Amino acid sequence: MILLVLEQTLNGLQYGVMLLLMAAGLTLVFGIMNLVNLAHGSLYMVGAYLATGFYQWTGSFLASVALALAATLVVGIVVEVVALRTLYERDHLDQVLATFGLILFFNELIAIVWGRAALYSSLPGWLSGHMQVLPGVRYPVYRALVILVGLVVAALLYLMVTRTRLGMLIRAGASNRTMVAALGVNIRLLYTVVFGVGAALAGLAGLIAGPIYAVQPGMGEQILIQVFVVIVIGGIGSIRGAVVGAVIVGMVDTLGRAFLKPVLSIVLSPSAADTAGPALASMLIYMLMAAVLAVRPQGLFPVR
Amino acid sequence: MRTTIRASLIFLHTALMAVSPAAAAETVKIGFITSLSGPAGIIGKHMKDSVELALDHLGRKVGGLDVEIIYGDDQRKPDVGKQLADEMLKKHRVHFVSGIIWSNVMLAVAPTVTQAGTFMIGTNAGPHELAGKMCNELFFTTSWQNDQTPEAMGKYMQDQGIRDVYAMAPNYAAGKDMISGFKRYFKGRVVDEVYTKLGQQDYQAEISQIRAAHPKAVFVFYPGDMGIQFVKQYVQAGLREQIPLYSVYTIDEVTLPALKEVAVGIFETRYWSPDLKNEANQKYIGDFRKKFGYTPSFYGTQSYDGILLIDSAVRAVKGDLSNRKGMIAAMRKADYKSTRGTYTYNVNHFPIQNFYLLKTVKGAGGEVEMQIQKTVFENHKDAYYQDCGMKW
Repeated sequence: MILLVLEQTLNGLQYGVMLLLMAAGLTLVFGIMNLVNLAHGSLYMVGAYLATGFYQWTGSFLASVALALAATLVVGIVVEVVALRTLYERDHLDQVLATFGLILFFNELIAIVWGRAALYSSLPGWLSGHMQVLPGVRYPVYRALVILVGLVVAALLYLMVTRTRLGMLIRAGASNRTMVAALGVNIRLLYTVVFGVGAALAGLAGLIAGPIYAVQPGMGEQILIQVFVVIVIGGIGSIRGAVVGAVIVGMVDTLGRAFLKPVLSIVLSPSAADTAGPALASMLIYMLMAAVLAVRPQGLFPVR
Repeated sequence: MRTTIRASLIFLHTALMAVSPAAAAETVKIGFITSLSGPAGIIGKHMKDSVELALDHLGRKVGGLDVEIIYGDDQRKPDVGKQLADEMLKKHRVHFVSGIIWSNVMLAVAPTVTQAGTFMIGTNAGPHELAGKMCNELFFTTSWQNDQTPEAMGKYMQDQGIRDVYAMAPNYAAGKDMISGFKRYFKGRVVDEVYTKLGQQDYQAEISQIRAAHPKAVFVFYPGDMGIQFVKQYVQAGLREQIPLYSVYTIDEVTLPALKEVAVGIFETRYWSPDLKNEANQKYIGDFRKKFGYTPSFYGTQSYDGILLIDSAVRAVKGDLSNRKGMIAAMRKADYKSTRGTYTYNVNHFPIQNFYLLKTVKGAGGEVEMQIQKTVFENHKDAYYQDCGMKW
């Protein structure tokens, strides 16, 4: 039982890490550029498709990862320059409408280029095995790698935000954009860089998701809702909030799915637990979000 | 001035009113609701392409009349499906509503359509409510009642002597039907019944629970994208070799292109398969591959059959679309060339048909495909028809 809890904790961490990669970009873009980007999930989808496409083309998993990351960065920058620049001065409703339009655009574009059917995506042999985490706990190598990549990215992001000049500008931009611009910083370039980084992170999440999930049009919207829950819980615009929020949501969702029903069946009758368990488990993260909003409306780690 | 406008409007209105019944008699209007966008969009595409192929085979006429098809995208949401049905009934004044993949959407749409006095021809979802107490003379389906296919799997696993089974399905109307159908014929121990969120992507938490529970076999119902994700993750977890996987509506021609080798060896039960040898099926598959360049699925055959069933009804009443009694009588005969071979209708307008055991194998050309292993049920009736009060 303890081993099972441990394994589920790993699963929760792994899911949290996936959410983190998405949430970091989304929260940066919102915090610094004050832009609600619903199309963040589309960049995730683009990353997954490009990685799958490059893998089939090159035959090398690592090459496809590098190519897909670079390509998603470029796509992100193009989207920022072409579509989003004009939206910074507009209010959030306009941004929501425009980026929702981008979702439809990307979904249809992907369906035109690759078709509506889910793509075949696979893992190279050296990643599809298992490893012994502890005696009795076997864990897929790929999922362990996902955790590792996520933790490394989180560390790098933390170092970038707290230790570099770019990070200083990002923090400054998040707390007072007008002042940063008045001090002579090229805010336009900063925006493009931040959006590109966010896009690359979404692409990274997408290419990681490719071999586990179905690579198909509309895959981005399925994860986007949870990502919004993460940044609302963590505090919009805060990297630290995104990290903590992602791990909390990943854990709560996974442990809820695994253990809520057995725990409820101690208190309730088995049939009542059977009905209430799955229903409650799928609502758990939204209940958590509502609770956080009620107690700390600005999130756990507010920026300002 | 204002009175002239009003007068001309009234004139226009009455003119249109006078014209519309006559015009309606010349065109059969069919509203076809399915999921065309999002992750389930591929299933909708299989269905839509099959409707188009059926119309090609009928020479773009239904029952000898011109036909107009209005497609609607329900986005896998019951409320959107109901809105579409309302729009088709009131704005387009359709004679038939057809399609519908998801049982929760069907439960919202079918009563709306039949209460308006319009035919509902289901081409996939078969929730048990519509087979029993909520059966309606205006509702027909060319597919199956949800419980039937898992009943066949339950029977097969029971006969194989498999005992401890772990059962999983998405938490919605059809998921519940699938598990209860399975348990109707499987008498061994069900280790646990797990319901996951409809549209869930990650099953690692559930897979860890399966491994810990040590069942002898796993039975799942995960249609469309959910199936791709579940099976991939199940195999990646190394469980395929340890605990055999049995499924319904999970491995099919929609999910196989994304799964390929991953799905090899998994058993399914179904009423139809591409290798079913009958003239109508071979013609359908041949022409479908030629026109659309991919292998059709059961979602497609049912939709194809739905249009042919409507055609048989309109033909029987010689194009008199106001003759509902005549059309009901005609459809009850199932007098058309179905892709599954001949079948009959039960009193609740659900087919009485065969169910087969299928296995995913690597074909001669190296491609992964489904092949029929044996017949599990012959002329199988659903479990709810006795609750249906309909008299023929």
